[in-house]
Amino acid sequence: MPERIMPGGVMSGVIEAVISLLLVAGGIFVFIGSLGMAHLRDFYMRLHGPTKATTLGIGCMLIASMMYFWSVDGKPDIQELLITLFLFITAPVSAHLLAKSGLHLRLKHADKTQGKPVELRPEEVGDKPVPHPDKGHG
Amino acid sequence: MLSIALYITLALVVMALLMNLYRLTIGPSLPDRVLALDTMYVNSIALIVLLGLWLNSKTYFESALLIAMLGFISTVAVCKYILRGDIIE
Repeated sequence: MPERIMPGGVMSGVIEAVISLLLVAGGIFVFIGSLGMAHLRDFYMRLHGPTKATTLGIGCMLIASMMYFWSVDGKPDIQELLITLFLFITAPVSAHLLAKSGLHLRLKHADKTQGKPVELRPEEVGDKPVPHPDKGHG
Repeated sequence: MLSIALYITLALVVMALLMNLYRLTIGPSLPDRVLALDTMYVNSIALIVLLGLWLNSKTYFESALLIAMLGFISTVAVCKYILRGDIIE
């Protein structure tokens, strides 16, 4: 990789240290998220890793990239911020839908996992379809 | 310093992608596989961002945004299919 040269000279040491720290932290968080998904015993446990750790990791990496291009070009860019915002908004939605589909299929769970399908309302498990608001009940 | 950090991060993300592939292959149930694919596209966005840092260009960030949108939509579509047996009611 070539030496990084800014328009005003070599990149300042503090900014480079912060960018490197954010990059490595993001990599570690992404790794931990995938490790949790590959290693834990139960689907409801496995859901925790990617939804929280991976989202934080990718946020760290995108902020590092934004700081890098800001310090090279001299002006901030909105693209990375847009990707970060989109991922942070969509990750809980997809996790909620995945948890609902896991409850609907009545997947096996470890003994310590709380909130079993028997304890939940039928709409939450998905046994009884929730009525469409336009069509009324039935 | 930045190039060393980039190497370390690339190694970590590639190992994470391999673990996602493992879960995608053995995943005992359908939501496990959907979750593995969901994590895989997030990790591929991370890989594209690292590629942009490596090549010192911002060309690939549009494709990262595109992957984020399509991945979210496909996850929601598969989950709706599992839950309701239908995607658009």
